[in-house]
Amino acid sequence: MENQLLSIITFLPLVAALILALFMRGDDAAAQRGAKWLALFVTSATFLISLLVLIGFDPANTGFQFVEERPWILGLNYRMGVDGISILFVMLTTFLMPITILSCWNVETRVKEYMIAFLVLETLMLGVFCALDLVLFYLFFEAGLIPMFLIIGIWGGQARIYAAFKFFLYTFLGSVLMLVAMIAMYLDAGTTDIVKLLAHDFGHETFSLLGIQVVGGLQTMLFLAFFASFAVKMPMWPVHTWLPDAHVQAPTAGSVVLAAILLKMGGYGFLRFSLPMFPVGSDVMGPLVLWLSAIAIVYTSLVALAQTDMKKLIAYSSVAHMGFVTMGIFAVNQQGVDGAIFQMISHGFISGALFLLVGVIYDRMHTREIAAYGGLVNRMPAYALVFMFFTMANVGLPGTSGFVGEFLTLMGIFQVNTWVAAVATTGVILSAAYALWLYRRVVFGALVKDALRTITDMDRREKLIFAPLVAMTLLLGIYPSLVTDIIGPSVAALVTDYHAALPVVAGQVALN
Amino acid sequence: MTSADFTTVLPEILLALFAMAALMAGVFTTKDKLAPMLVWATAGLFVALAIWIGTGTGARSAFGGMFIDDPFARFAKVTILVSAAAVLVMSLDYMARRDLLRFEYPVLISLAVVGMMVMVSAGDLMSLYMGLELQSLALYVIASMRRDSAKSSEAGLKYFVLGALSSGLLLYGASLVYGFAGTTLFSGILSTVQDGVPLGLLFGLVFMLAGLAFKVSAAPFHMWTPDVYEGSPTPVTAFFATAPKVAAMALIARLAQDAFGAVPGQWGQVLAALAVASMFLGAVAAIGQRDIKRLMAYSSIAHMGYALIGLAVGTAYGVQATMIYMAIYVTMNVGTFAFILSLERDGRPVTDINALNMFAKREPLKALAMLVLLFSLAGVPPMLGFFAKFYVLKAAVDAGMVWLAVAGAVASVIGAFYYLRIVYYMYFGTEQDPVESRMAPVQWAMLMGVAVIMLVGIVNLFGIEPAAAVAAEALVR
Repeated sequence: MENQLLSIITFLPLVAALILALFMRGDDAAAQRGAKWLALFVTSATFLISLLVLIGFDPANTGFQFVEERPWILGLNYRMGVDGISILFVMLTTFLMPITILSCWNVETRVKEYMIAFLVLETLMLGVFCALDLVLFYLFFEAGLIPMFLIIGIWGGQARIYAAFKFFLYTFLGSVLMLVAMIAMYLDAGTTDIVKLLAHDFGHETFSLLGIQVVGGLQTMLFLAFFASFAVKMPMWPVHTWLPDAHVQAPTAGSVVLAAILLKMGGYGFLRFSLPMFPVGSDVMGPLVLWLSAIAIVYTSLVALAQTDMKKLIAYSSVAHMGFVTMGIFAVNQQGVDGAIFQMISHGFISGALFLLVGVIYDRMHTREIAAYGGLVNRMPAYALVFMFFTMANVGLPGTSGFVGEFLTLMGIFQVNTWVAAVATTGVILSAAYALWLYRRVVFGALVKDALRTITDMDRREKLIFAPLVAMTLLLGIYPSLVTDIIGPSVAALVTDYHAALPVVAGQVALN
Repeated sequence: MTSADFTTVLPEILLALFAMAALMAGVFTTKDKLAPMLVWATAGLFVALAIWIGTGTGARSAFGGMFIDDPFARFAKVTILVSAAAVLVMSLDYMARRDLLRFEYPVLISLAVVGMMVMVSAGDLMSLYMGLELQSLALYVIASMRRDSAKSSEAGLKYFVLGALSSGLLLYGASLVYGFAGTTLFSGILSTVQDGVPLGLLFGLVFMLAGLAFKVSAAPFHMWTPDVYEGSPTPVTAFFATAPKVAAMALIARLAQDAFGAVPGQWGQVLAALAVASMFLGAVAAIGQRDIKRLMAYSSIAHMGYALIGLAVGTAYGVQATMIYMAIYVTMNVGTFAFILSLERDGRPVTDINALNMFAKREPLKALAMLVLLFSLAGVPPMLGFFAKFYVLKAAVDAGMVWLAVAGAVASVIGAFYYLRIVYYMYFGTEQDPVESRMAPVQWAMLMGVAVIMLVGIVNLFGIEPAAAVAAEALVR
């Protein structure tokens, strides 16, 4: 039992989805309610069971824990396990799913299918974070596209078709290149076991390809192939353009999952594969990634300033915040990587909450235009309060989790590349500008729009959704050790191994 | 000619005798009334033969090496027989309701299958050609089964003319090979090429490959495929897309490995070029298609490209990858065509993909099964279609042909678009002029069964992996 805990939490939602698909008939109100309650119950149960993993997890052990292994086809193995880097992503997922389900309580079209899509998606997301086999990882990583494609395409907004296709094809292209790289890794190392691959030394001798000298050799090529996938997923500038479209068109719950969890797969991938497996490749490409991150932070913040659609604004803000993450990761020091993981977890709560906040007023007014709102504080005091809290968290106000993540990543990068740090810091100011300006336009001012005169404040269900998110954002802001104690030892091991792999090569790169 | 020889070819002889007996029975009785019973009997015989052949072991040859019965041939034969049986039974309802069910249909299919079985067992240029022609002639006739339809006749004629051309190419190539090798036996050719390949022999090889590429509809020899797929009655299209493709692919493997296995460099590049051209042409040209049968034609062209990758690399692992690819490919196509067969409006078959608008709303379960199949065809994990592609790409990287794997990966993204578009119509479209999906229980079972296989198969591939490995090792020495 103990040993199958990860499989249980991963596949429990899938089992629920199958039960829904096969045994729940009818489309009347009762059936819809039943589907929602089942989904809520199962996601909550998954969260409770995942707490057992957290309790049983030993942070001091930097290896993989709760490992399961079974033979599978193609000479592959079914292998699951978590370490300090992945466990919090598992927790984030299980924590957010009940909230997501609760947030779509008012959906009325094809409710059963909607719930099935989210349950399947949860299984696939958990699988990504638990998989300890390359092919298994790829399987979960790719399959996650299908439910999200359907969620955007069926329950999305006006231009949902375009957004769904763009989302799918963008990410698919990135991923198949990763697949080729994975096959190449298998041939080089003779295994697809992630634990063994982490210990394998991939070739880094410079070779020439089509007349171009590839510094870092195989590692650089592999890094680039993985980068194609993770950078799109993250998303990094300039391959971020699918995200605003997907976010704007996705239904509220879809946006929440997309921003809070799916984007984190990119960052997780960098930490699980790129850094530890291709240290030389990462070192060669690192400066480029850092500058791309800095550009992303400033550029997308400026773009966010110009948005007239609330969701689009938050989507661009997400890209900017993910810029901090990639920057922290590729600073490759304790503060940077700690900060990056912290930022991802915290962004999960904050961006999820912001999309939910947009959803609250969208449900009432059916528009996301900023210009359609103003003076909401007069009718919706509770809403104004929660919105303010998450605006501040998004800006990175000390005392909220947003501050810790940004501060740690900036501290990490400052030791590595001062110029990038300087550019990125301006992003903090810009984020304050767009977030506060959005808040002013939507919430403050006089209530002059006729349509808004009868708008009602949040009901009990909506307040219930935000309560845990506010609690977590505050808790992590005040007591960040909660996270850093768990990730610390694993990150320390990652950073040490990374730098241990480099010196040999530093001379070699200099030679070329 | 000893009795041992005849024992070896017993399955083929039995099937041929059955076909002739069925023909006689059809002619002497009141004709088409017998057809449904014949269809079931034929399918039953196919399955029985598949079980019989599947349980065989060892490798033997008959008639002085002209006919080879080894694990490779058996793997291909089982795939051919089972898929042909599946297509036969699921076409019954469609043909009966459109008054197409003639007793010749199962008879011709049986003869075509005999041809295919000879093809995959060929150990000599003569038996190769004999099997190929038996298959082709039967297929030409089946393509034009709907005599009163201009499109069907056109399909048959087009198929015949282009097919004859390709047979000519093949025959010309075979004569060159014979002329320069001095023998028609594969084993003889193999020992000749071991001491260098004369230019004439090389010419012969290329001509033969061109002729065979036509049979698997690999680009640039694919031109007939969309028209024939579109024009033929849908059950016939389903048949074209499955068993003959397996047979021709196996034949290419057989010829390349058994006759020219000593010089993989001579045909590897040709097959790789065919593979890349097919993958990209299939992916790009399908984007503009509105007719689901034409779309499936381009889809099969692209799939043949992937399967050819495995052969192009020339290793045992590559052959294994191709055989697994073909097995998964025919399974997917059986399911997909079971669905296409069921589409109709006012009793008339519908093939326009626009007609699928909002299909998911009326038939959620069928739409879901189709969704699984389409993602599988696109090669998206966790469906089995992904593993098929994964196998061949792995074989390519394994053999150092990384560029081929990258090309395959890129083409699969382009190809994903048109499969997704069908999903788009089924799930996101606007409702208009709904299409009905009337399914006989058999078709329903095929569609659902295949969808389940696509999902459950990832557990252990139903054990075809070791079988394919044994088959490939028997072929590649």
